[in-house]
Amino acid sequence: MADFTELLKEKNVTYRPGGCGKIYTDPDADRARVYFRDQKPRKMVEKTTTVSEAVKNFVSDGDYIGIGGFGANRIPTAVLHEMVRQGKKSIGLSGHTATHDFQILVAGKCIDRCDIAYVVGLEARGLSKIARTAIESGEIDTTEWTNAALTWRYKAAAMGLSFMPVRCMLGTDTQKFSAAMEMECPFTGTRYLAVPALYPDVGIIHVHRSDVYGNCQIDGIMVADSDLARAAKRLIITTERLVPNRVIRREPTKTVIPYYLVDAVIEVPFGSYPGNMAYEYFSDEAHLRDWLKAENDPEDLAAFLQRHIYGVKDFNGYLDQIGGMSRLQELRYQENLVEK
Amino acid sequence: MEYNDMELMICLASRYLEDDSIVVVGTGAPCAAAMLAQKLYSPRLMIMFEAGGIGPLLPSMPISVGDSRTFYRALAASSMPEIMETCQRGLVDYTFLGGAQIDQYGNINSTMIGEDYTAPRVRLPGSGGANDLGSLCWKTMMITPQDQRRFTEKIDFVTTPGYLTGPGAREKAGLPPGSGPYKVITNLCVIGFDDQSKRMKVESMHPGITKEKIIESTGFELLWSESVTVSDAPKEDELNILRNEVDPYRYIIGRG
Repeated sequence: MADFTELLKEKNVTYRPGGCGKIYTDPDADRARVYFRDQKPRKMVEKTTTVSEAVKNFVSDGDYIGIGGFGANRIPTAVLHEMVRQGKKSIGLSGHTATHDFQILVAGKCIDRCDIAYVVGLEARGLSKIARTAIESGEIDTTEWTNAALTWRYKAAAMGLSFMPVRCMLGTDTQKFSAAMEMECPFTGTRYLAVPALYPDVGIIHVHRSDVYGNCQIDGIMVADSDLARAAKRLIITTERLVPNRVIRREPTKTVIPYYLVDAVIEVPFGSYPGNMAYEYFSDEAHLRDWLKAENDPEDLAAFLQRHIYGVKDFNGYLDQIGGMSRLQELRYQENLVEK
Repeated sequence: MEYNDMELMICLASRYLEDDSIVVVGTGAPCAAAMLAQKLYSPRLMIMFEAGGIGPLLPSMPISVGDSRTFYRALAASSMPEIMETCQRGLVDYTFLGGAQIDQYGNINSTMIGEDYTAPRVRLPGSGGANDLGSLCWKTMMITPQDQRRFTEKIDFVTTPGYLTGPGAREKAGLPPGSGPYKVITNLCVIGFDDQSKRMKVESMHPGITKEKIIESTGFELLWSESVTVSDAPKEDELNILRNEVDPYRYIIGRG
């Protein structure tokens, strides 16, 4: 497992250590620049593919990933299921309010290290037993952060820098078990924590609409995806709808991810299911409860995963299993007819 | 009118949220308190959610701080950095936090139970945005049940800073001066923080609750205000709005 804390020693970094955690990704901005220069597509070409091909071509065992959305809201479920189906191993994860997304990858035994801001829980829905066990047993190596810290680590990377000074985490055990370092502002002497830039190997984001080139628009809250899309070395986009390029050009102010950040585009209708997708469908709370319940018994869980992930060919197969269009239509009503 | 503990805590919390101020809330009781305040006391209270929702007209209780209800008919659907940076700039007056353990300085643990970080007895979700909000908002409030296990002398992990080790400790650590814990609202009493020692100080006891009950439900020594009062019980209009408009399906108050 890579630990880039060593890199700082090589470079004679003089900041006082603030935390004893590991840095799982290389924060070096110059190496990131070279990668972006040499590997990022400048040419506006069609990038449409299938989920299975995208996972095969862009996610390797050992990669570190960042997932868009917020736990069970606008998450790229199809890609996560496919990673489980293809048996991806030793994946590092940025656990920036990771809830159902974390649960899926833990169920597939994909993760071996995690930058934690929030994992294990599913907010008001309760705690995932398998996720909890995976950390308690030491199966997953962890470094502590906070939601803002991970957001700002993406932002540092998105800005092409190697760190960001922040004012959270100071004085706590969260700081102690992070990999942040204390520093002083050269202008005012104010004490800050320097958090290392986070350049994930792969970013995976579900959006409302994209054209075939990867120009993407998101409706509603962005969470941290604007910065994640820019920080990621490779970026896989799933989209509720593929739209013609002229639809993007009609409202360019809505474009948050331009094509040159994107490596693969796949249309996946209802792609955030069982998560919420703003203005499209609400979360399937009954299904999320079934997940948590299945985790109480290893046999139940195996059967549950067989039925919903391993035993189906693709994401449409999963949607058939959970009740198909009838169930999805109910969730669409729940989302859009809050007021009649 | 009869009421349960949850209803009591939500009503008391709602009275602290001043009009024309900004509060960042999570789901559950804090969200209910902010909604109640907005409907009854502070119509221009600005509610924000850490995933990006700004000023929604909440149609019902959100399930997640990032679900679409948190920006339903909102003023803005922004982003997590936008909300966190607004806190860091000093524009957010209030926030509400919870946790598994809390000490006399208002430090909160929501990360793990056990002695050793690498082998926790129980792993909890972690900071999420709690540390950020507790570090960067001006006044931090807590709504929590009170018992010996939760109100403990030494918490296993300081996830979110209260006053850390006492007077001056937040500033020394580099946290923004003037920020910190404000009120702790429990099922037994309302607790503030002593100006000098930064330790928890009981301000009012709820109707029917004795000093002894509070002492035996706390794992550390509490300070007592010179004029401990009896908390004002929930009023009829508070309970009516809470039950009929804020939480008609009893998602939160049903837990009381």
